[in-house]
Amino acid sequence: MSTTRSSFDAGSMAWLLQRVTAAFLIAVLAFHFFLLHFVNHAADITLGGSAYRMQELGYLVTMLLFLYTATFHGVNGVYNALTNQGIEGTQKSVVKGILVVAALALAVQGTRLALALTQVQVTP
Amino acid sequence: MSQTYDRGLVEDFGRWREFSAGMWAWLFHKFTGWVLIGYLFTHIAVLSTAIPAANATSQVSLGASGDVYTQTLQGLEGVLLVRFLEVGLLAVAVFHILNGVRLLMVDLGIGLEAQDKSFYASLILTGAIVVASVPTFLEGML
Repeated sequence: MSTTRSSFDAGSMAWLLQRVTAAFLIAVLAFHFFLLHFVNHAADITLGGSAYRMQELGYLVTMLLFLYTATFHGVNGVYNALTNQGIEGTQKSVVKGILVVAALALAVQGTRLALALTQVQVTP
Repeated sequence: MSQTYDRGLVEDFGRWREFSAGMWAWLFHKFTGWVLIGYLFTHIAVLSTAIPAANATSQVSLGASGDVYTQTLQGLEGVLLVRFLEVGLLAVAVFHILNGVRLLMVDLGIGLEAQDKSFYASLILTGAIVVASVPTFLEGML
């Protein structure tokens, strides 16, 4: 049973990265929500509009960093939640392997779709 | 100096009547985290319709809606339940963010004596932000 306040070993790299990605995600998630729900309404999203945004280099880089940090933060969070729950040994190794594969698959798929949007020529 | 706190086994959910504010915060943070990671995978899966849509055309106008990506997204946005789920997603995300900031403060040893109050403040602020955003999320549906 854990007797510390946090799910993490304070001072570990995972602890630090979880917090650094959290700080980045707060800002980018707010931007993402505002842009796609309050500036452009989600119901009005089109392939042309998404491609137009993704062809801005700054937007593309921000969205890719958003994907990678969210994937790390989420998957690392799940790993820590399960570790906190008490998994150990082989069980822990198997969970770690599955989560690493799932994270890589998500990051690759997200990158593919972002790059696909940069390939379409957008006309007014 | 590092401090420890024996919170008992929060994983034993049968003890919920004995839970303190901090234990509820811990539980809600885990729950909202699970929802958010589940949503991230679902979100990328839905947006992946952009790949066949982009492969099917080399040129598209800003407002065109005949492709599978636009039809999938606009089709989902046309379902009232999806709009309510989006409000739920906002609630989950806002609470996770606010409580995450609170946890960071706790980890840094800032405001330890106000842990309970900051949890209640996170809940109230989450509720206020979610209620204020409902008209935007349900626009055109009711």
